[in-house]
Amino acid sequence: MRKTHEKLINENSTRLDGRKSNQLRPIKIEVGTLSNADGSAYIEQGKNKILAAVYGPKELHPKHRALPDRALLICRYHMAPFSVQERKSPAPSRREIEISKVIREALEPSVFVEYYPRTSIDIFIEVLQADGGTRCSGITVASLALADAGIPMHDLVSACAAGKVDGQLVLDLNDIEDKEGEADLPLALMPNLNAITLIQMDGDLSINEFEQTLNLAKEGCKQIHALQKDALKAKYAAVKEVVEEK
Amino acid sequence: MTSSITVARVKQKRIAELISHGKRLDERGLNDFREVQLEVGVIERAEGSARVRLGKTEVMVGIKIEIGEPFSDVPNQGVLTVNAELVPLASPKFEPGPPNENAIELARVVDRGIRESKAISTEKLCIIPGKKVFIVFVDLWVLNHDGNLIDASAMAALAALLNTKIFNYEIKDDEIKIKPGYTQLPIVDHPIAVTFAKIDDNFVVDPWLVEEQVMDARFTITIDKDGKICALQKGGYGYFSMEKILEAAKIAQQKAEELRKIVVKG
Amino acid sequence: MTTYFEKRQLVTPGDLLAEGKYRAGENTYKDDDKIYATRIGIANLEDTTIYVVALKAFYVPSVGDMVIGKIVEVGISIWIVDINAPYLAVLRASDVLDRPFNPRRDALPAIFDVNDLIIAKLVAYDRTHDPVLTVREPDLGKITRGQIVEVTPTKIPRIIGRKGSMISMIKKETKCQITIGQNGVILISGKTPEDERLAVMAIRKIEQESHTSGLTDRVTEMIRKEKEV
Repeated sequence: MRKTHEKLINENSTRLDGRKSNQLRPIKIEVGTLSNADGSAYIEQGKNKILAAVYGPKELHPKHRALPDRALLICRYHMAPFSVQERKSPAPSRREIEISKVIREALEPSVFVEYYPRTSIDIFIEVLQADGGTRCSGITVASLALADAGIPMHDLVSACAAGKVDGQLVLDLNDIEDKEGEADLPLALMPNLNAITLIQMDGDLSINEFEQTLNLAKEGCKQIHALQKDALKAKYAAVKEVVEEK
Repeated sequence: MTSSITVARVKQKRIAELISHGKRLDERGLNDFREVQLEVGVIERAEGSARVRLGKTEVMVGIKIEIGEPFSDVPNQGVLTVNAELVPLASPKFEPGPPNENAIELARVVDRGIRESKAISTEKLCIIPGKKVFIVFVDLWVLNHDGNLIDASAMAALAALLNTKIFNYEIKDDEIKIKPGYTQLPIVDHPIAVTFAKIDDNFVVDPWLVEEQVMDARFTITIDKDGKICALQKGGYGYFSMEKILEAAKIAQQKAEELRKIVVKG
Repeated sequence: MTTYFEKRQLVTPGDLLAEGKYRAGENTYKDDDKIYATRIGIANLEDTTIYVVALKAFYVPSVGDMVIGKIVEVGISIWIVDINAPYLAVLRASDVLDRPFNPRRDALPAIFDVNDLIIAKLVAYDRTHDPVLTVREPDLGKITRGQIVEVTPTKIPRIIGRKGSMISMIKKETKCQITIGQNGVILISGKTPEDERLAVMAIRKIEQESHTSGLTDRVTEMIRKEKEV
């Protein structure tokens, strides 16, 4: 990889975007942003801008795909052509197909799929702008869309990456840190149950660094979990407050 | 077809019970791989090839080398392309057609191991900077599916790469001329994938098909020749605890070393 | 035995609600000795049962429920009915005809056609079979007039009120006939459009303020004020 920057972290331990090593990007979350969907949410995490919508549980077509003992989770992670510097073809890439699969498998442990046999729950994630860590932001926002759809869940799923950049362990890598750094480890967690539902990594980590990176990512997930809960409550508490003022 | 769900439930209970006592249906220990058989250079038409049998799982890998253009952001590096096909003869569950998400995931996990460990010195595959480089096509051909396609494919890919020869060439007036003779593809690291299946709360390495059918989730750790982790992948609908993952990483380190001895001879 | 919420606290999925010998009620689950919320809603404790009144949920069919549905498909001997649930419901021709169905003589679209609304009762449903409806009881069958309001199904009990107090009050104050489908679909039919408008307003207010107390009085007051205008 050709480096565009000599250093990603300066001598004051500050990253290119001004963050400290264990700091998340600014995050803004809104729940219930799309009126057609049964549940929806929107997240901005740094320059990432991602929408998620959930439809279902509903009758599954074609019927032969239906599972006799549980709901079928269908997940599509998709990037808009204008979401990245060089226009991306709108046709699903191999990367998007793999990410759709791992996101689905990250969310499924949180859903009581056994309650709704023979149905489907459709999760659509549209990346409108991407700046690294979109699978994590996508999981975070899709989990909220599931909750907003009223689908019974064991827990929310919160996701965040940690990795190694210029030899230092850092939280929540942006695109340039992901591409030019030494390792990126996305993690998804059901925070109340301490259960890991997604873990991937590419790069180069010793077993010791791995353990530290894992713990760093876990702390990131916990911070994001608090923001998720606030966003969810904000939508549903709004009604309550209006009423109580009267 | 028999009713797969009821069979699976009975089987699952039996398998989980055995594993909680440290045993497996095929009498292996929890951290034992099945026997690995390896043949290299089995396809003369390919620049490199290998066939791996991991128990009854069988994967063929063929490497083809072509000349093409580099990516614009890395103008002096060769290109690695990994593709996997779950061909229908390998399992009643596989269907003809373009690679589905399982095939794509398999290819991308194997790709990540090779790429992230920097196993191929891609800068040595540059012919004319910015214009011509060698492209290494790694095609994973699954011939019989009895579980743990990732580890079998990763081993076969590494063995095939180690067995790959590139034709000699010279450049005259900006033209590439093929010369007689071959040069070994420069391989500088040896990534080995080690996959665990989580069944109830226990991990077993190298799950065979029956274990895969009842597992909650799987976890793949790819280890480079220095014992460092270069790729991870979780699959399936279950979840893991932090402790289990760290435990698995240490086991993977040992297992990778053992397997590497089989794949990298001499 | 400990609970981890204030009375009527807003909780989110996964929140730990209690630990100990409690019973897991609606919208909660138990893992070992711990009870967690499964939906966003208001947490409550009644005797030893922990439950959550969901602020967002969807209708799940239950045998005996009266529902309002829309015909979405006319088959050879059945109608397929959308009842606002994860599953489509079935209404058999024989149920309507009171005799065996004869494909030569009986034309189903003449009875109920696509997009017709019906009031029906759910007579069968389980995990492996789609819900089955009947219209063979008084007051069931095709809807020919009135206005439809859709609400979150979890709000239905509040709209009915304790022993039907809320709905009786609305009927009396607005002089409308109101049929409540357990699936969150409500039929309002009044003598004038103005009466129907009042009833819709009342239902919307209940839906918005369902988790507050003193609601019946506030709704009555609202209707009376509106009537004066």
